[in-house]
Amino acid sequence: MEQNAHGEHIHYDAEASKIGMWLFIFTELLLFGGLFIVYSIYRYLNPEAFHLAAEELNTTIGAINTVLLLVSSMTIAMSTTTLQLKKKGATLALLAVTTLIGLIFLVNKYFEWGTKFDHGIWPGSEHLLNDFSQGEILFFGLYFVMTGLHALHIVIGLIIILVAAWQVHKGTVNENRAALLENSGLYWHLVDLIWIFLFPLFYLIH
Amino acid sequence: MNYMQKEHAANEANYLTYKGKYKGFLGWIFSTDHKRIGLLYLYSIMTMFSVGVLLGLAMKFELLAPGKTIMEAQTYNATFTVHGVIMIFMVVVPGLPAVFGNFLLPIMIGAKDVSFPKLNLLSWWLYILGVILVLSAIIFGNGAPDTGWTFYAPYSFKTGTNLLPAIFGAFILGFSSILTGLNFLVTIHRMRCPGMKWSKLPLFVWTLYGTAWIQLLATPVIGITLVLVALERLFGVGIFDPALGGDPILYQHLFWIYSHPAVYIMILPAMGAISEIIPTFSQKQIFGYKAIIASTMAIAFVGYLVWGHHMFTAGMSGTAQYYFSLLTFIVAIPSAIKVFNWISTMYKGSINVQTPLYWAASFIFVFLVGGLSGLLLGSLAANVHVHDTAFVVAHFHYIVFGGTGFAFFASIHYWFPKMFGRMYDKGWANAGWLIFFIGFLALYSPMFYLGMMGMPRRYYDYMDEFHGGNILSTFGSWILVTGFLIIIINLIRSARKGPKAEMDPWHGKTLEWTVTSPPSLENFDEIPVIAEDDGPYNYK
Amino acid sequence: MSEEKHHVVPYRVYVLVLLALLALTFASIGITSIEMGEFTVAAALVFACIKSYLVLIYFMHLKYDKKYIAAMVAFVFILFTVVIVITFLDYLFR
Repeated sequence: MEQNAHGEHIHYDAEASKIGMWLFIFTELLLFGGLFIVYSIYRYLNPEAFHLAAEELNTTIGAINTVLLLVSSMTIAMSTTTLQLKKKGATLALLAVTTLIGLIFLVNKYFEWGTKFDHGIWPGSEHLLNDFSQGEILFFGLYFVMTGLHALHIVIGLIIILVAAWQVHKGTVNENRAALLENSGLYWHLVDLIWIFLFPLFYLIH
Repeated sequence: MNYMQKEHAANEANYLTYKGKYKGFLGWIFSTDHKRIGLLYLYSIMTMFSVGVLLGLAMKFELLAPGKTIMEAQTYNATFTVHGVIMIFMVVVPGLPAVFGNFLLPIMIGAKDVSFPKLNLLSWWLYILGVILVLSAIIFGNGAPDTGWTFYAPYSFKTGTNLLPAIFGAFILGFSSILTGLNFLVTIHRMRCPGMKWSKLPLFVWTLYGTAWIQLLATPVIGITLVLVALERLFGVGIFDPALGGDPILYQHLFWIYSHPAVYIMILPAMGAISEIIPTFSQKQIFGYKAIIASTMAIAFVGYLVWGHHMFTAGMSGTAQYYFSLLTFIVAIPSAIKVFNWISTMYKGSINVQTPLYWAASFIFVFLVGGLSGLLLGSLAANVHVHDTAFVVAHFHYIVFGGTGFAFFASIHYWFPKMFGRMYDKGWANAGWLIFFIGFLALYSPMFYLGMMGMPRRYYDYMDEFHGGNILSTFGSWILVTGFLIIIINLIRSARKGPKAEMDPWHGKTLEWTVTSPPSLENFDEIPVIAEDDGPYNYK
Repeated sequence: MSEEKHHVVPYRVYVLVLLALLALTFASIGITSIEMGEFTVAAALVFACIKSYLVLIYFMHLKYDKKYIAAMVAFVFILFTVVIVITFLDYLFR
């Protein structure tokens, strides 16, 4: 429990923690927002190049990743209900499923990027600089930066979920002190939200 | 309704003398007490300000005569870059919120601390980390950055100088700012004492609220922009590189989408402090409490919409130029409203002539000059003539140094007795103010003229016809620094040995004047309950 | 600072929202394979916005929280949209 400088216990304020997490989420939205601004300008300026470059991406894997994240959002949302209903085991199970799905997402990302590297495509690669048009180079620059930053946030989200799961296991997060779990869920949903926009912008250009 | 807290016995600990889990120095750098954190920021920020002043003095010395005076062009470029990075990211952006916001916000709303005290300490630690990183860029590697504090692409990823630590440091400093904003927002929403409705909040708190939103929403944009520059340097991603199809103007858009709102982070709390000081020394209610709140929120919002006025000559479309100029004129209106309110407050007031009022009154003057010169810069046709000249340098020093800086000095003198429990020497304080003010005018006024006559900024050399103005300006810098030294030495000595101050030496009307000077650790023995019929500033 | 007893959201709601999200996902894949020029990206973004709305309202609990939080969220999205529109004032008219 939070203590002030005097060692006294500070009253638990769930709403303060919730607002705090939402405010932090706003900063993440604006962080990615900057990248979306760059993407939208460059797509407007280089429509054909973006179409062409996007054909290197595998829509099926992108769709699978989208489905995975949506399911994981549901499972972590459900965990807040199970916690309210004092079902600790179910809560931990749902968190485990969420984590597993997040890991599978990362594995998929690993193979996706691997395929690009095998084709000689990475930022600053000779193949990219010599054989692709400027618009395509921009596309791939944005692709690696945006999906990379997103993957970093998946990792952060997984760590947060594990911390919450540990606290649930210990009992310090329970139906009366649910803020940590709920706010972890909020963060995970943010990661899902970003992907909801990344998916059509990178994978659904036909 | 009397909210005065009881005077404590002399041997009871206040926040300065309190001994907690850690002793001595550690008791300060590990303290989660908002008042101690406010002082930590005060000392760090004043230290970095002094470094920035030294760099400024070096620049002015170089400009004392045409040609090389004490440094080569490359050194000059690095000097103005580091001067800018320090002053912007380490002094004026954290500035008033970090020092006075931290110290006063909880007390002003009747709380014992902010919502997240440990996060608050983390903000300060991140500030220190950011400072160390930026300073390391100067000491190690291929030389201090020479891009200007604006890090414009493509030079920022082509320069051989040591940019990555500086960028990384700026990113960390941004994170510190975001966390402070987040903390203040939750605090104001959740920790107001009973009866302290939004419509009864002190104006300084309102400006901290608007500022916190800007800190929260604008800073991430520069965060990602700096990350992109770093990725460009490390991996050649190509986002802003024209050779790879990137648009350097897009960099400028992203940069200024933060950096224009950033100037409102600098000025809004300054205006809030002035809005506290002027009524106290006029012994009169602020004129137009609601108008000041409305104009504060208007500035905070409209301030997001004007960033392109830094880019009129960069190559934007005519439509964009026209739009940004129009919005720039519009955003000046709420600022003007405030000036009207301050002056109306003083009219027929019972003026108590004290050091904070000298600073506040001179603030109004320099802010006005700075603001009006901003309108000139906001006019497209005039901008073409004076962009990137000394005129711009005069404008932003008037409005930022004059605005935020003067308000900072006003605030430190106003709240000094509360923070340290002692009174400063008023004679020396007033002398310091006068010398500083004269120096300030001598230092920056010639730059308006020089800029209009065509002297470029960020050049270490200039044509002979600009010599006279530069001599006056450099002399002004020496006068200003003399005033600054007097002020600082007076404050430091007074903090240690000044006469003990009373609870309410200025007859102020906000809650901090109802607690002891200095405050106890938890500010209040009993959390105040604001009566229904108490308006803002009636807490007596 | 009260301990509000949260509205407990039934599992059914979450499952239905997921099904809607999946349907919208497949719909967006379908609609973007139709060649519609500039409207393709607009259609994709419309679907993304609807999906985001569902995630925000149901998964992220905005429907059940105090209204000011939803107001803040809306404000942030509006601000972002305004900024991106203004940026396009430059590029659309060069």
